[in-house]
Amino acid sequence: MVGLVLVSHSAGLAAEAAALVRGIAGHDAPVAVAGGTDDGGLGTSLDLIEAAIQAVDQGDGVLLVPDIGSSVLTARLVEEPGRVVLADAPFVEGAIAAAVTAGTGAPLADVLAAAEEARIFRKL
Amino acid sequence: MDTMDTGFFVAWFEEAARLVRRDRDRLTELDAAIGDADHGTNLDRGLTEVTKALAEWPPSSPVQVLSSAGATLIRRVGGASGPLYGSVFRQMSKALDTPVTLAGFAAAFDQGVVALQRLGKAALGDKTMVDALTPASRALALAVRDGVGAREAFEQAARAAAEGAKATIPLQARKGRASYLGERSVGHEDPGAASAALFMAALATAAA
Repeated sequence: MVGLVLVSHSAGLAAEAAALVRGIAGHDAPVAVAGGTDDGGLGTSLDLIEAAIQAVDQGDGVLLVPDIGSSVLTARLVEEPGRVVLADAPFVEGAIAAAVTAGTGAPLADVLAAAEEARIFRKL
Repeated sequence: MDTMDTGFFVAWFEEAARLVRRDRDRLTELDAAIGDADHGTNLDRGLTEVTKALAEWPPSSPVQVLSSAGATLIRRVGGASGPLYGSVFRQMSKALDTPVTLAGFAAAFDQGVVALQRLGKAALGDKTMVDALTPASRALALAVRDGVGAREAFEQAARAAAEGAKATIPLQARKGRASYLGERSVGHEDPGAASAALFMAALATAAA
């Protein structure tokens, strides 16, 4: 199953987003978070991202869902095409769409596509 | 100075760390105007870690200095400037031939700026560190073409970077948090371009 990593500037936001994702999408897909800096501040930690990837990597690939700025730039440094990829998607909506799709056992390309569709999915 | 040795590269980062520490509050104030007010603090922390790492595990080649500095900045800055500067130095370390001549340095530096633009997807005029580093890279390439000595070449690059940073003041930001401000980003120097100018000033000092 494809794993998900939520990368946010804020540890609190990442944890709550993961709780929301699990609540809505269920617990089938493995979801891990990399929130904030190593010392608990706002920002991004490459170490936390790498640890989160390891935690959810079951061999079927990992989708990284970053929020903004340094989350995106840092996550891009660990991309491995076909294995660890980044979703260009809104943070919450993209994560939920990806988790629902990953929970069905879909391959990484489909999970990525589901996350990125969230970008153009209108609410009204 | 015909070639640049390990000590030169260590001196470069030590001087960069000193200048960023000295100008930390100015960088953070620039960032407070159009960003999230952490650039000076973040970069100071990252470069302090770089000098600590270079002292704890003394590098034995210019390539090792650059790869160590790049990896440390990527891991320890915490803001966008970490992966951006880290990519410059990591790519430089991959592209550098030893012994390091001015021509070799200029070519590797240019590769570093290309890697920066690939990661940040910023172009010249977007009001980012690219606006200081691209003119610096051009100045180095011109100095190589004209047969200018390394010391003079690095001074020219430092001047080009400083002018590039000042030239971001009238620009409207198209990348990062400042881009959300639209026209309100006009009239402020980009903090990333300002810190990039410090890196180039440090290079000139290391060569002096």
